[in-house]
Amino acid sequence: MHNKTITELAQSLRANDISSVELTQIYFDRIKQYGSLNSYITVTEKQALADAHAADKRLKAGNAPILTGIPLAQKDIFCTEGIKTSCGSKMLDNFIAPYNATVIEKFNAAGAVMLGKLNMDEFAMGSSNETSFYGHVQNPWDNNTVAGGSSGGSAAAVAARLAVATTGTDTGGSIRQPASFCGITGLKPTYGRVSRYGMIAYASSLDQGGTMTRSAEDSAILLQVMAGFDEKDSTSANKIVPDYSKNLNQSLKGLKIGLPKEFFSEDLNVDIAATLLAAIDEYKKLGAEIKEISMPMLKYAIPAYYVIASAECSANLSRFDGVRYGYRCDNPEDLNDLYTRSRGEAFGAEVKRRILMGTYALSAGYYDAYYIKAQKTRRLIAEDFKKTLNEVDVLMGPVTPSTAFGIGEKTNDPIQMYLADIYTIAINLAGLPAMSIPTGFIDKKPVGLQIIGNYFEEAQLLNVAHQYQQVTDWHQQIPKGY
Amino acid sequence: MSLLTDDVKKIAHLARVGINEENVASYAQDLSAMLDLMVQMEELNTDGVIPMSHPLDPTQRLRPDKITETNQRDKFQTLASQTEAGLYLVPKVLD
Repeated sequence: MHNKTITELAQSLRANDISSVELTQIYFDRIKQYGSLNSYITVTEKQALADAHAADKRLKAGNAPILTGIPLAQKDIFCTEGIKTSCGSKMLDNFIAPYNATVIEKFNAAGAVMLGKLNMDEFAMGSSNETSFYGHVQNPWDNNTVAGGSSGGSAAAVAARLAVATTGTDTGGSIRQPASFCGITGLKPTYGRVSRYGMIAYASSLDQGGTMTRSAEDSAILLQVMAGFDEKDSTSANKIVPDYSKNLNQSLKGLKIGLPKEFFSEDLNVDIAATLLAAIDEYKKLGAEIKEISMPMLKYAIPAYYVIASAECSANLSRFDGVRYGYRCDNPEDLNDLYTRSRGEAFGAEVKRRILMGTYALSAGYYDAYYIKAQKTRRLIAEDFKKTLNEVDVLMGPVTPSTAFGIGEKTNDPIQMYLADIYTIAINLAGLPAMSIPTGFIDKKPVGLQIIGNYFEEAQLLNVAHQYQQVTDWHQQIPKGY
Repeated sequence: MSLLTDDVKKIAHLARVGINEENVASYAQDLSAMLDLMVQMEELNTDGVIPMSHPLDPTQRLRPDKITETNQRDKFQTLASQTEAGLYLVPKVLD
């Protein structure tokens, strides 16, 4: 039962082959059995079984939406009323959210059952899930390697079948990179497509919620629920949401795929390059035309990103002051000591690094040299993409420079960790939608292909991903033992 | 470009982030390495480029001046570690 797609499960629930309560219980049994993966921070068994029971009633009454009774899990960055929302940090270890994120409200309205809250890098800052206060997540394909980050728990839970599908958020690659490492399908929508209300902020001009699923078909179903204008998010895009499942089966004949030569330079691991080129060959067979292009601004994405993301993070995280909610140090001497020690004791090293970097970049005398320079660079990168996407329909390239690396391998060298974001962060700076889909294995570890689309063209991205998944079965591979 | 330990202490104070004395040097090293990465942008000519703060360059949306929130002070204050009579308590600021 745990290998069925959302569409298949929806049919099973309607045919009375299984109830939502039974299905939910199967997942809780699995979550317990594979607890060592550490993909969940909080499991909400009591509430989930009550919701599953309500879903069964709704299914019997007829006209229930497709996600009714389907067990999903949420990244612990989305506020859930009455349920701990930690964002992977000691700072919020005691935080019971007083309201629901819009995304959570939408899943509740759609009748989905929430199994629990998923592990993640602290405040979504990290690429390996090792910065989480709750410990790292194991990759189900190789327990000695990382699941990726920051949505590591979300990716591992989908790969190990500990949820039918999950949500993630992506500020610099945090959906696509763990999706690639865990061999699942990850979609980061266009900036503004999914509401950020109640999604704890890291870098507000880059953050975007999205889907982590086993296939493009499942992703279309989840995005349908998540996407849409939200008055509560001042940067939400007021655009019509198309039917994301409608065009999945459209032919790719004549599709123009651009391959940025900067993505396939000699720095790219040869085995990854070979795997991606084999996937691109499949696209040729499907009728796509390939065009090599150049995007000279891409190399400035890492410096621009780490200035902008750090600056925004230093401003956003100033709200954690030890006064109104979250961690508070013992016996503060004075107000300054209360702020400084509460934040010093509750934030981990990576979060502190970025707050310090951002504070520096925004401080008098350095603001123009770093922050404004980075914002100007950002525009040049975005224009590079816009120009290219006038010539081709989608871009393809790697997601990561390597397959999943070893636990602890990069923790002592933050710069090495940042450099590994080279293929994903430019997309966030431009605000474009992009996916990672599984396209093979190297030494039994999954490899992902990145597909980048034009603004608000998620339907096309899903179509492009789905057509590949009709002629290949990489997305159906299951890690051994799960 | 490199940051000295005194620079790190100053930034940490501005950000109100406590750092243990024994870790200051390693933060200085990491931040200096980050700055080395960032200076790559200097080779790029950005004269006349308008800084980009939002991917879609929208104008700020306005809404009618109507009350949409209700007062939930009591609910929110249950999250704080110290409150009294509807107020958040902090150490004494004035003697």
